[in-house]
Amino acid sequence: MNKNKEQLLNKRYKAEQRFRLYGQSAIFMALLFLTIFIFKIFSTGYSAFQKTWLIVPVTFDPELMMLEQNPSKEDIQDADYYDIALKSMADLDLNANEDQENELKRMVSYFFEKEIKNELLNDPNLIGKTKEVYLTASDDLDQVFKGNYPRDLPEDQRRVSDYQLKIFDQLVVNGMVESKFNISFFTNADSREAELAGIASSFMGSIFSILVCLMIAFPVAVLAAIYLEEFAPKNRFTDFIEVNINNLAAVPSIVFGLLGLGVLLAIFQLPRSTPLVGGITLSLMTLPTIIIAARASLKAVPPSIREAALAMGASRMQTTMHHTVPLSMPGTLSGTIIGLAQALGETAPLILIGMVAFVNTIPGSPMDPAASLPVQIYIWAESAERGFVEKVSACIMVLLGFLITMNLFAQIIRHKFEKKWS
Amino acid sequence: MKKNGVKMIKIKAKDVDVFYGKKQALFNISLDIEENQVTALIGPSGCGKSTFLRCLNRMNDVIDICSVKGEILINDFNINDKSCDVVRLREKIGMVFQKPNPFPKTLYENVSYGPTIHGMAQSKQEMDEIVETSLKKAALWEEVKDRLHEPGTGLSGGQQQRLCIARAISVRPEVILMDEPCSALDPIATAQIEELIDELKKEHTIIIVTHSMAQAARVSQNTGFFHLGQLIEHGSTDKIFKNPDNKKTQDYITGRFG
Repeated sequence: MNKNKEQLLNKRYKAEQRFRLYGQSAIFMALLFLTIFIFKIFSTGYSAFQKTWLIVPVTFDPELMMLEQNPSKEDIQDADYYDIALKSMADLDLNANEDQENELKRMVSYFFEKEIKNELLNDPNLIGKTKEVYLTASDDLDQVFKGNYPRDLPEDQRRVSDYQLKIFDQLVVNGMVESKFNISFFTNADSREAELAGIASSFMGSIFSILVCLMIAFPVAVLAAIYLEEFAPKNRFTDFIEVNINNLAAVPSIVFGLLGLGVLLAIFQLPRSTPLVGGITLSLMTLPTIIIAARASLKAVPPSIREAALAMGASRMQTTMHHTVPLSMPGTLSGTIIGLAQALGETAPLILIGMVAFVNTIPGSPMDPAASLPVQIYIWAESAERGFVEKVSACIMVLLGFLITMNLFAQIIRHKFEKKWS
Repeated sequence: MKKNGVKMIKIKAKDVDVFYGKKQALFNISLDIEENQVTALIGPSGCGKSTFLRCLNRMNDVIDICSVKGEILINDFNINDKSCDVVRLREKIGMVFQKPNPFPKTLYENVSYGPTIHGMAQSKQEMDEIVETSLKKAALWEEVKDRLHEPGTGLSGGQQQRLCIARAISVRPEVILMDEPCSALDPIATAQIEELIDELKKEHTIIIVTHSMAQAARVSQNTGFFHLGQLIEHGSTDKIFKNPDNKKTQDYITGRFG
């Protein structure tokens, strides 16, 4: 009898130990995957925050620029920079033939003419003088400098020729190649050229979409939740609504995209590819999430608080607005932020309503065409150029940073404003 | 209180039936409650005494499946009548609950809430006065006067319950309903509340539901004994405790069941 009991006790302890082990290994697995994922993203993405520049001496020859003596600001603006730009690249190898000069030109971005022009606009005194100007290296050379380029491939399988590599190596030895923080990644809109592509358009697009989504989804969802939880009679009809809200939360997001396409674009004729339409579509998706969170936090307010207010002679409306809703707000807000974070990462519905279009302008309002961060990731991930590989990871890092900030904010709200009642 | 030797009846319940869905919780309760007296409702758990109490300020309205039949006259006005406005009713009939339930706001906001929503103060000064007198009447003023703007939930259990009493009396109700106000409190806090009840009956009619027969005997002038949804007996506390008419009352009082 006694022995039996001891065995039973041992068994119970063993079971508990096993259970602990299962739990620990599950957590270990989760952490492992997370670490691998983050390591992968960071190791490919961090180099996108650096940009390679070629430091090329440029002679601002007024004759080549077709400038008169004492040119005005407008003259400088309208001057021809192509020739001096071309010449300064060709001068890197004085013995170059025509083909090689072309190859030299392709060592920098097609933007190089503009970069030289900006230099002169900043300092008009440079006319007739020579200055070392920073020119954006082409995406392939950028990758070469970062060590991501397979130089050992046979030449016909590379986009960088042996000649370009030779010149580039010389420039490196002469200290004419420099790597600096990639500001243009944050200030440029998308571009077909990897070295010029940035996230400004998609970042602003995401922000505008989220704002539109918040402004529509939050009030509607909170009012719906308050009505359903505090005022609506409990009958079959409200049960039916409740079931359907839960169903709505489980609808695949692409279906909402189709809805946006069919209703907002086709029937209401709203402008295509805009954060306005994207935000409205996302708000449809976020609504059930916020309603569910708001109802849960309204339910969590102890009934004793409602009774106290009602017994004081507060009307139902006063009880709700003075006590229940303020107490439920922290939960509602953090639910809202989590819903918005979900919406922020949503890709499929935005692709359907046309936010996947190539946008090389930065939107100034929700009515301007824009991309969004996840869609930008999708667009770049599809691109063949090697330069976009690191951009994809970098964009994921920005998106993750955005999401983590939002979730952190939700946590802070929850902890700071949640009232304790005993 | 007697006027010209006649007891003034404040509340008159006539044939009150209460149903939770199909289940009947109270059967045919008729009970008179005297003005400016403490009436204790006693009985074993689930006997319907709290349900009856909640009929008096129509708190049962909150429960969807609960329906109340019969007449409850307060100042000769039937509160179950359609014309009765519950907001006005609850202004006149305050309630203190079993578990202290201060709002998670400051002490001041807790006490001033009722007067604010009923528009009882014209100025900040008037409100300050109401808060002070209410807290004084609830015997809490001395303990909290320096921290009126701290959260009410930071007080001890007994203090919280006195805060709830202060909140209830802030709108000067005619009747105060107390639903086992001391069941969550220690003996010292209980003694303070009982003392307070004795003081409050000068200005208010008090109905208290209690599990403790000793408490009923200490604080009340009249007692009603409930059993299985029926009012078995009611009368002066002296009589109920010393010489009850009904055998069941006798058995309960002497601790044979319950």
